Amino acid sequence: MYKYDEYDQSMVDARVEEFRDQVQRRLAGQMTEDQFKPLRLMNGLYLQLHAYMLRVAVPYGTLDSRQMRMLAHVARKYDRGYGHFTTRQNIQFNWIKLADTPDILAELATVEMHAIQTSGNCIRNISSDQFAGAAADEVTDPRPWAELLRQWSTFHPEFTYLPRKFKIAVIAAPEDRAAMRLHDIGIELTERDGRLGAKIFVGGGMGRTPMISHEIRDFIGADDLLSYLEACLRVYNRYGRRDNIYKARIKILLHEIGADEYRRQVEEEFVAVKALGLDPPAAELERITAMFAPPPLTAEPVELDRSDPDFAVWLDQNVRPHKQPGHAIVTISLKLIGGIPGDASADQIDVMADLAERYSADELRVTHAQNIVLPHVAQADLPAIWQALTETGLAEANLDLISDIIACPGLDYCALANARSIPVAQKIATRFADLGRQRELGELKLKISGCINACGHHHAGHIGILGVDRKGTENFQLLLGGSGAEDVSLGKITGPGFSEDGVVDAIERVTDKYLEVRESGERFLDTYRRVGMEPFKEAIYG
Amino acid sequence: MADPDATDTGGETLLRLRTDEVHDEPAVTLDAFLDGQTNATAVRLEAGDDARALLPRLGQLALVEISFPTFRDGRGYSSARILREAGFAGELRAAGDVLVDQLPHMRRCGFDSFAPQAPIDPDVLRASLSRYDHHYQRAADAAVPIWKLRHG
Repeated sequence: MYKYDEYDQSMVDARVEEFRDQVQRRLAGQMTEDQFKPLRLMNGLYLQLHAYMLRVAVPYGTLDSRQMRMLAHVARKYDRGYGHFTTRQNIQFNWIKLADTPDILAELATVEMHAIQTSGNCIRNISSDQFAGAAADEVTDPRPWAELLRQWSTFHPEFTYLPRKFKIAVIAAPEDRAAMRLHDIGIELTERDGRLGAKIFVGGGMGRTPMISHEIRDFIGADDLLSYLEACLRVYNRYGRRDNIYKARIKILLHEIGADEYRRQVEEEFVAVKALGLDPPAAELERITAMFAPPPLTAEPVELDRSDPDFAVWLDQNVRPHKQPGHAIVTISLKLIGGIPGDASADQIDVMADLAERYSADELRVTHAQNIVLPHVAQADLPAIWQALTETGLAEANLDLISDIIACPGLDYCALANARSIPVAQKIATRFADLGRQRELGELKLKISGCINACGHHHAGHIGILGVDRKGTENFQLLLGGSGAEDVSLGKITGPGFSEDGVVDAIERVTDKYLEVRESGERFLDTYRRVGMEPFKEAIYG
Repeated sequence: MADPDATDTGGETLLRLRTDEVHDEPAVTLDAFLDGQTNATAVRLEAGDDARALLPRLGQLALVEISFPTFRDGRGYSSARILREAGFAGELRAAGDVLVDQLPHMRRCGFDSFAPQAPIDPDVLRASLSRYDHHYQRAADAAVPIWKLRHG
């Protein structure tokens, strides 16, 4: 894992003092709320329906037990004993007092954490593959590259007042576990002639106008990567629309001028920028990479006792192979039936920290699907881990099943929402609570957004739900056929929307139809792609 | 880092990080500079103007003023860098909705004078400009990036 040196530490420490000063000036009335807003947003502080929400960065979703315990501490001391893990691999605290925020940031800085650029019209937290460093299919660990980008994008003087927020994901495996193609910039690390470099995709995103990114450059070497990204961002900063907040993302710029014209402008800018010496030497990536060296994993493979059916099902559903024989990757589901997707109590956060320290080389990951990963576990320790998770109510064996729902906070918390996401998620999970039934349905990614901004990734759900406001009542539209993975696609709306209960019924009719028409080995998404919308539409609306 | 000099220029405060004399020729618009007033030595760029249009005759300019119609409009940061990257050594002024918390970024992009439409508290400004000892990335100022400090 990355460890701060004196420079990194001085940056976050200075940031705490800067924000303390800004909060004091705001509370003293020296700044208007309008002037304060972009400053607090660039520290992850939102004003929500009932209180301030603080979003803390978990760079590329990686953290250690000490950092995880700090999150539990913040939840206990400054919030109501809970944290909410987000689709950007961050964590949000929903009940924060403005006056406490400088102290919270100061406490976070003691464990090399911060809330820098977790909001605002700037480059946000860099996201990545939650199985990085553990998956067999990666060409390299993407996190050193993500850390390089974290440093480059932190307080970037030119790109802090972009037309709109800017999200970058880095992956290094053919299986896309980070929804890379739905980011403003997606980076896929790849090898060419024995040299590592990046394939650059630009212009993906969800929101009210979902778009899949375009490949802009098929290979850029590590030594030119930052220059190339400067060029990508500069073209956007200069020519991205600023007249309409809903048309300000880079995807709209690419849509309006075309990917070829955007590429031409970037390449032209790249020629100018390349000469400036913006790229760090190879030694910097090497320095960072050394800190991500694989932990010593020496356990021998073991045959596990599968006689407890609950344990066996958890093994099959939530445990994935590790690239090192004798080891495994465990996903801890934060999707308890009837719970709030992505929420964890301070006690649960502490338990996960303890498990990571004891069994997973002191590492945890946050996934974009709002779960937690223990990436480096010896197979022999799986029974003990499962036992501990069972005792704290975290052993739900539903990874990638219909109840493993992504949901935004919705109208229960968010000032932008039109509808409540959480109760819908709870009703669906409860309707499909039977694990045997869920497993019969197989991989089924269900994603819920409480408004058109799509924080719950509904466009990318095999089944997606969008909450809208229809003449003062909450109405839920249903989408089918989306995917955020390497087989990326955008879901299509089935037809007229439903009430909260109606949408749960409609989903059941969809899954019944799937079971009826699927062919052997087909996931729901495969069947949908083969048979199309019509059979499902007929099943839903009759 | 030089302490900013506050100059009162008839009602509007001008903060300068330069020691030379204030340029007193009024700035012309980009269109005027390109079309008629080709001898001008000061130009004012609106946020949407293409700074690169100045490059062929950059040498004759002593002052470029870049307008910030609202503090949220960040196009001027790129304009400033483009001019500095092309070797512009004259005065680069940020004018308009320029707030104290933005000055450090503006300075890194190459601005060396500021004409904020609302007054800026000098104590807050001093603290703001000296807050960070180091910077991660190379920009248009003289700061040595952290990666360079790490590796020499």
